[in-house]
Amino acid sequence: MNMPTPLIKANNLWKKYGSNVVLERLNLTVNAGEFITMVGTSGCGKSTFLKMLLGMEEPTSGKLLLDGKQIPNEPDQSRGIVFQQYSVFPHLTVLENVIIAREFEHSPFIGKLFGGKKQQVIDEAKLLLESIGLTAALKKYPHELSGGMKQRLAIAQALIRQPRILLLDEPFGALDPGIRADMHQLILKLWREHNLTVFMVTHDLSEGFYLGTRLWVFDKLRRDPHAPEAYGASITYDLPITRNKIMPTELQATQLQTTQMQEA
Amino acid sequence: MKRLINLTPTKPTKFLLGLLPFLIIFLIYLFASEARLAENATDKLLPGFMQMGEAIKTYALEASKRTGEYLFWEDTFSSLKRLVLGISIAAIFGFVLGLLTGAIPGLHAPFAPLLTVVSLVPPMALLPILFIVFGLEELSKVALIVIGVAPFIARDIQRCAQEIPQEQIIKAQTLGASSWQVLLRVYVPQLLPRLINAVRLSLGSGWLFLIAAEAIASTNGLGYRIFLVRRYMSMDVILPYVAWITMLAFLLDWILAKSSKKLFAWHHQ
Repeated sequence: MNMPTPLIKANNLWKKYGSNVVLERLNLTVNAGEFITMVGTSGCGKSTFLKMLLGMEEPTSGKLLLDGKQIPNEPDQSRGIVFQQYSVFPHLTVLENVIIAREFEHSPFIGKLFGGKKQQVIDEAKLLLESIGLTAALKKYPHELSGGMKQRLAIAQALIRQPRILLLDEPFGALDPGIRADMHQLILKLWREHNLTVFMVTHDLSEGFYLGTRLWVFDKLRRDPHAPEAYGASITYDLPITRNKIMPTELQATQLQTTQMQEA
Repeated sequence: MKRLINLTPTKPTKFLLGLLPFLIIFLIYLFASEARLAENATDKLLPGFMQMGEAIKTYALEASKRTGEYLFWEDTFSSLKRLVLGISIAAIFGFVLGLLTGAIPGLHAPFAPLLTVVSLVPPMALLPILFIVFGLEELSKVALIVIGVAPFIARDIQRCAQEIPQEQIIKAQTLGASSWQVLLRVYVPQLLPRLINAVRLSLGSGWLFLIAAEAIASTNGLGYRIFLVRRYMSMDVILPYVAWITMLAFLLDWILAKSSKKLFAWHHQ
């Protein structure tokens, strides 16, 4: 039997900024359909890795492959992204924020559609917005939306071009706990319905456990107290998460540390 | 008694308080003018409102004996034409330059330092050069406004373009946008209200350049007129003209502010 080509593969991946090693010796394989959550302390390189997946950063050495080919070195429609904030367009209504993606696709020169073609993409966008729970806000501008609604809109935007990979950079970090729980249900639903492969950076270990099918912990394996930048982080735990979602005891200690650090 | 910093006047009080200084200045002028006129009926320094009215009536409602034109309206029209033309050209030029240097790193590198230096050249010092190159006609006056205002607008738009969150630009790319589409649909619409704001801020210097250019070489215009009648110490013309220029400036500013609120409601949340 042939092994299918993994969706994402990293071979001995390094990222350095000058002499500052951020990531080192990263080797991993991700198959389509996985939901990967990435946790780790600030500055541990998880966001850098996400940026490499997005194409905003290039590896210093080693290979990062998408479908067995070098990952494109700038953002494109194959990978959708939701940031913690600022990723919706403030000058467009909810509906316009979503159809703009189709307008980019079908109208290369003026980036705008009219008449029947426009109606077609509006209908498509309305369906998507309905499944995301924004039907009541179609004509509203982002500044009229709550934080949770804004993130819903950012997710709708990211999905309309039907990317295979969805990147989430702490998308729920600024939301209230109750709203965050709703968003968790939403993202799980969309992940299943749209056959997505998700990479999500989060500060919240329990969120990582709850949402992911696989959890990565980024940390430094080697440390030099006199030169903290000399060694980079790597994935120290790569945990498949089973249905019962029980956190291994060694990680419970890590979570305790994280919470203490956040409180400090 | 509340602290002074916590005492907020109510809306009608605020309005009346705002009116008060105008009233006081008006009254002071009235008394000073009357006092001087009582001593010397031909005093020219502080003309009464009657005299000013008479003078403006001559300028606005009676055709000039020499040219057959209504000087007041002729002056207003030519000045506004120069100002609007100059500011419009400066706005378009400054917007495009600011947009391109602010959004495209490859254009920022060669042009941003040049722009910074150019914006530091005092435009008035260039006026003789403009007169030499473009002659004494309309072109040099419009050119002075353009040269004086465009670098400011360009730098302001450039700064605003750089302040648009990178997240939006990346998002647009993940939605499949080309560089051109990002400029057209992400940068331009968000920079247009900033342009209106920049134009409002630069109108003041626009008027300055206009009046200076008209004072030095012109045959009509509001600036030309007040500098012309200065020779006869005609304060009865100068003062109404200054008030008129102030009102035109206020009106232009008001129109821009209103249209920005109407066209870009999302910007004025």
